Amino acid sequence: MAGAEVTEVAVVGGGPAGLSAALAARQAGAKVIVVDENAAPGGQLRKQIHKFFGSKEHHAGRRGFRIAEELVAACREQGVELWTDTLAYGIFDHTLGIVRGGTASTLAARSIVLATGASENALAFPGCTLPGVMGAGAAQTFINLHRVLPGRRALIVGAGNVGLIITYQLLQAGAEVLGVVEAAPRIGGYAVHAAKIRRAGVPIYTRHTVLNAAGHGELEEVTIAALDENGWPIAGSERTFAIDLLCLAVGLTPLTELAWQAGCLFEYCGPLGGHVPLHSEDMETTVPGLFVAGDMAGVEEASTALEEGRLAGLAAAAYAGYRSPNLEEEKAAARERLQALRSGPFGEGRYLAHEEIVRRWLKWRDAR
Amino acid sequence: MRVEEHPILGPLPKTETVWIEVDGKKIPARAGEPIAAALLAAGIRVFRTTHRRGEPRGPFCAVGRCTDCVMTVDGVPNVRTCVTPVREGMKIETQRGLGRWPELK
Ligand SMILES: Cc1cc2nc3c(=O)[nH]c(=O)nc-3n(C[C@H](O)[C@H](O)[C@H](O)COP(=O)(O)OP(=O)(O)OC[C@H]3O[C@@H](n4cnc5c(N)ncnc54)[C@H](O)[C@@H]3O)c2cc1C
Ligand code: FES
Repeated sequence: MAGAEVTEVAVVGGGPAGLSAALAARQAGAKVIVVDENAAPGGQLRKQIHKFFGSKEHHAGRRGFRIAEELVAACREQGVELWTDTLAYGIFDHTLGIVRGGTASTLAARSIVLATGASENALAFPGCTLPGVMGAGAAQTFINLHRVLPGRRALIVGAGNVGLIITYQLLQAGAEVLGVVEAAPRIGGYAVHAAKIRRAGVPIYTRHTVLNAAGHGELEEVTIAALDENGWPIAGSERTFAIDLLCLAVGLTPLTELAWQAGCLFEYCGPLGGHVPLHSEDMETTVPGLFVAGDMAGVEEASTALEEGRLAGLAAAAYAGYRSPNLEEEKAAARERLQALRSGPFGEGRYLAHEEIVRRWLKWRDAR
Repeated sequence: MRVEEHPILGPLPKTETVWIEVDGKKIPARAGEPIAAALLAAGIRVFRTTHRRGEPRGPFCAVGRCTDCVMTVDGVPNVRTCVTPVREGMKIETQRGLGRWPELK
């Protein structure tokens, strides 16, 4: 084991939430180290080549990978230490167990921000393990980061934003997409994304599901069927597609192992993607000095991840002894922006869910 | 299949070619890319077969979480090929079941 390292604020995960937390903590004066398991920081943003939504403050109209480049540059300029190829495998009190460049060591900090993101959900059906069936995010990683098409003829499961965006990005990369299959009666993603792929001639099969996938050694065909009001396949509605790629875009689940290990209290919250750690308005968990931000604190968007990261970074720095001079104003402003992001038909469910998580945290605190 | 031209990312950047060996066959790879990307580019989709039923598996998550893409690399079994970069002369084998560790001397 290599020598132990010590810092003031440690951040796990170099996506938008982690980088934003690091920047805020650093600007408040703390010494900050970010650890990320990948070869380069940026998290999910590195694969997002489309233009983002939202207000100008939230980088609307900008492409995700450009936002990541800017955040990384800002962190470097401010003197945040970015440790890539570094996996945090465990948390023991205020010390992280890490493997950096293949060597095990530890990183101790006064406060820690967990910003580990989320992982893609799988879907079970006969043939779902065949090579050629993969997460939509996996296909996105191959085409946009590694520049290789994992298949030529594809079908997508899930018409949320992820499914719709990946459909378009597969087309851009030169694949043929035969359709998007969605069990719900309506498209879950933004109408703009749906219109874009419809214009490209890709049909969206709402109220349909995958019955099975088949092939000799690898994926060769997929059969889908229409669903009745009770969600059962309608006999005679089956349709079979000869394809070599099936992408599953059926949601994400917060990556919370480290928070469980640290002993944080959790609550199951469907609209946020699964179990999320109880946290305060400042993103502090039920373990003092341990903060959370981004998709791991509830699956949302890069824009909300940035604001949560800011709150967590400011609070983590304050915990470590570095109070930003305008701490209360800065926190209030970030909260206001978060609330604006969580309005409208797409955001309201998440707004209420986060309110509930904070309410539970307060209840826990008051009972202590 | 390589994404040679891309409307947003532009042409495929030039990189050095490194050669790796997959089940005895030499294939080209782009320096620094993960093994899994080179294999998919070469049309290889079955990375391993399962322990009990011998069913085929290939990459599923591409970010090192699911372990469906593990292969035997330079004699070491269970290497996650989606997060392990290629190296010149690397010997990669389709993994059968749990794989075998090299003999201890
Ligand atoms: C296809 C797609 C399209 C999207 N489009 C949009 C959009 O248009 N607008 C928008 O606002 N959002 C969009 N999003 C959502 C956005 O990308 C995510 O919400 C955002 O990236 C979450 O940020 P994060 O920092 O929480 O997590 P991530 O970006 O996932 O970053 C987490 C990082 O932590 C690392 N990590 C995890 N565990 C460890 C560990 N133990 N040790 C070390 N490192 C670790 C991960 O490898 C990763 O690099 C999209 C997402 C997808 C998949
Ligand atoms: S594809 Fe999941 S670990 Fe490699």
